[in-house]
Amino acid sequence: MSDNMRMKLKIWRQKGPNSPGAFRDYELDNVSSHMSFLEMLDVLNEKLIKEGKEDPVEYDYDCREGICGTCGVVVDGVAHGPVRRTATCQLHMRTFRDGDTITIEPWRSEAFPVIKDLVVDRSAFDRIIQAGGYVGVNTGCAQDANSIPIGKEEADKSFFAAACIGCGACVAACPNASASLFVAAKISQYAHLPQGKPEATRRALRMIEQMDAEGFGNCSNHAECEAVCPKGISIDNIAVMRREYLKAALKTGSATI
Amino acid sequence: MSKLNIQEGSPLQAHLPAGHVSEKWDNYKAGIKVVNPANKRKYTVLVIGTGLAGASAAASLAEMGYNVKAFCISDSPRRAHSIAAQGGINAAKNYQNDGDSIWRLFYDTVKGGDFRARESNVYRLAQVSVSIIDQCVAQGVPFAREYGGMLSNRSFGGAQVSRTFYAAGQTGQQLLLGAYGAMMRQVDAGKVQLFTYREMLDLVVVDGVAQGVVMRNLKTGELESYAGDAVLLCTGGYGNVYFLSTNAMNSNATAAWRCHKRGAYFANPCFTQIHPTCIPVSGDYQSKLTLMSESLRNDGRVWVPKKAGDKRPPEQIPEDERDYYLERRYPSFGNLVPRDVASRNAKAVCDEGRGVGESGLAVYLDFAESIQRLGLKTVEDRYNNLFEMYERITGENPYKVPMRIYPAVHYTMGGLWVDYNLMTTIPGLFALGEANFSDHGANRLGASALMQGLADGYFVVPYTIGDYLAGKAPVKAEAAKGEAFTQVRGEIQGQIDKLLSIKGTRTVMELYRELGLKMWDYVGMSRTEEGLKKVLQEIPKLREEFWNNVRIPGDADGWNKNLEFASRVADFLELGELMALDALYREESCGGHFREEYQTEEGEAQRNDEAYSYAAAWEYTGNFAQPVLHKEPLEFENVKPSQRSYK
Ligand SMILES: Cc1cc2nc3c(=O)[nH]c(=O)nc-3n(C[C@H](O)[C@H](O)[C@H](O)COP(=O)(O)OP(=O)(O)OC[C@H]3O[C@@H](n4cnc5c(N)ncnc54)[C@H](O)[C@@H]3O)c2cc1C
Repeated sequence: MSDNMRMKLKIWRQKGPNSPGAFRDYELDNVSSHMSFLEMLDVLNEKLIKEGKEDPVEYDYDCREGICGTCGVVVDGVAHGPVRRTATCQLHMRTFRDGDTITIEPWRSEAFPVIKDLVVDRSAFDRIIQAGGYVGVNTGCAQDANSIPIGKEEADKSFFAAACIGCGACVAACPNASASLFVAAKISQYAHLPQGKPEATRRALRMIEQMDAEGFGNCSNHAECEAVCPKGISIDNIAVMRREYLKAALKTGSATI
Repeated sequence: MSKLNIQEGSPLQAHLPAGHVSEKWDNYKAGIKVVNPANKRKYTVLVIGTGLAGASAAASLAEMGYNVKAFCISDSPRRAHSIAAQGGINAAKNYQNDGDSIWRLFYDTVKGGDFRARESNVYRLAQVSVSIIDQCVAQGVPFAREYGGMLSNRSFGGAQVSRTFYAAGQTGQQLLLGAYGAMMRQVDAGKVQLFTYREMLDLVVVDGVAQGVVMRNLKTGELESYAGDAVLLCTGGYGNVYFLSTNAMNSNATAAWRCHKRGAYFANPCFTQIHPTCIPVSGDYQSKLTLMSESLRNDGRVWVPKKAGDKRPPEQIPEDERDYYLERRYPSFGNLVPRDVASRNAKAVCDEGRGVGESGLAVYLDFAESIQRLGLKTVEDRYNNLFEMYERITGENPYKVPMRIYPAVHYTMGGLWVDYNLMTTIPGLFALGEANFSDHGANRLGASALMQGLADGYFVVPYTIGDYLAGKAPVKAEAAKGEAFTQVRGEIQGQIDKLLSIKGTRTVMELYRELGLKMWDYVGMSRTEEGLKKVLQEIPKLREEFWNNVRIPGDADGWNKNLEFASRVADFLELGELMALDALYREESCGGHFREEYQTEEGEAQRNDEAYSYAAAWEYTGNFAQPVLHKEPLEFENVKPSQRSYK
């Protein structure tokens, strides 16, 4: 651990969705091991603004506590960087050593176009949720909450799937840029709950159809997604999703596997 | 009486329904106008913000048949700051059979707010709390459960019953995803139109009525106009005035503040909440503070060494040389005293030189005894994600070493003044969730913000908006092309051009940090007349410095985070002054507003009910130093104000 490390940074710069991008090199002194990774980039940007030679690096973030899913960059080839179960905003500089070169680039996927530098547009995820990532219940018509008992084990499984933060690291890490883990997490949350049953067929068919329409690739079991997921969402959920999809396809006879 | 020369305007009317507090909401619902189903689709409601308040309102209104346009700053509605809420949500379900009731939740909230909240709103909140849990469970929100399949509860500060529902340490996330899902279902149904990457920069008022908004598209930089029949401001709180807080980085005051400048009164701006359990500051580069949920105080014990200057590591300090000061001073609530009390006590022991850690600005939150009593597994089940988060940030393992915590800015009880209908002083402009001032008085109890946001959005505004819209001539979308909109857009464009043209020497973040520090030092955990007067001199100077010397890189034609922040900081520099003024004018201590001059012998907040039992709603006059004060007198017919005691 050190309190004035010097870092070499290779950062992807891209002006807009249709401009070509390229890596640029930067050097930064006095990096403290207590800083978060994004705070390190903040310090770089303050320096760039003061120097006035080029625009600061754009990256997106909000909560900086690893829960909103806004941030996310590929650090040295790994989505969210080298520490497991850690979103970019919770990665700290104590993970790196004085003199290290760090390569920083955006999520890469056709379905996530670059807006600027390290910022990508993940609205495809919203459209997948729109296709069925909910229980269709209007406000005001619910029965007493304890009238639907749900065993702790099932409730916990549902929760662990529901913990997905929608950051898109799974897509960035997948060689096929598949969104299967993201979609499976939502399908699986409801597959474990009685509330999710009435719409199970429709949900599985529509969400998966939308995932394909957005241009995400297929899942071929690389499990890279699970490895980078900041919430540790298990690929077992993908098995649940396949089961739900198969059931749905058999029921309607409409879909192909 | 105050030496400040403040002009007072007419008192405010909250439009409270008749009857006993327990009957008001029912009486109200029985008497309101409703819009018939065929007419609902003629109205358009603009919902600004998609946190718990906004998403729940957008979904509910669309289900009822209104056309909704929903806007948020981020790439997806699911990113709203509500997502970060950890500990839980209150509801008077009494599932634990421990004597809870609507009345008790009402009572605790009014008392917790130190008798500065409006009784009738709080009672309604307690009433609908019960339906919120039903609604969320029906949506598939995976709350924590017992083996038998029933919902589990935990305790939060300021209450002696277990009424808090939770989903590990991710309650806000699960509730928000439920509301977001409900809203996305309406997007699918074509009833909600979703606009992401949009920041509201102004309100358009036509003939005294809110008629629309001007948004900046953060992706393209374009200014866009939207017209509607009502505007629901669900844009969260203003805690980020302090620079370092537990709020998300994009939380801001801009939408509320600009509505204020268009005529909406701002109430109790000095009522801000400092949360006692946050990870302490570690360096100047720090961008935000991380909360450690209040739920940890269920099982963690707060202590500092008895001796000042004792720098031994915690494990070397024997039991009888530790001061479990909350348990000692407040035997009946112990570690679960309300936040304002816990925060002030932490500051007091640190001021005595008994703080721990490198900076001396921290106290211990220790789980050793709980791990022994409950077993590691149970403690893991309850708090593992929080413990992991702590370790990620500090590099220390709280299963082995006590956590170090210190208070940080967390929540703002103040906000736009609203009447019983949640309508501001501008007809057609409503404020929901943390953006309004309505339910928490001078101090919010833990797990009550999520409750209020969802109450407002699911169960209150769907009724009260009908009363406003019924009979109103619907506004057409083309109205957004009108003169009023063009003019406001021009003003905004002028401001953006001005910001970019300054090209000074100081960055937005430098100036923002400077403001934040001043706010923390003088309008923070404890306040004095002298300090407030000083900061009231300094803020206008800093504002001037900002407008003459800020340096914003890039242009306005697309994504530019520095430009976004600059316009928010410009507003913080104005709101900060009103907060200080409000704090100076309120010559009493209550809840989170602690004026050192007004304390009991034991150092507790000393209210002055005779002079200050009112909500202070400020009207903008064009001169920040001379706002007009409108009082809403508070009447306590049911919970008699007393010196709060948690002994
Ligand atoms: C770390 C943390 C933990 C917490 N834990 C708890 C807890 O356990 N229990 C509890 O009850 N409360 C908790 N709270 C408080 C609670 O989370 C918030 O008060 C509540 O979620 C606020 O909800 P909201 O809907 O009013 O606003 P927010 O969730 O803040 O949403 C604001 C929305 O407005 C949008 N917005 C803002 N400005 C603009 C603009 N100018 N134009 C367009 N859109 C805009 C944002 O994009 C966002 O969608 C916690 C708070 C924090 C910080």
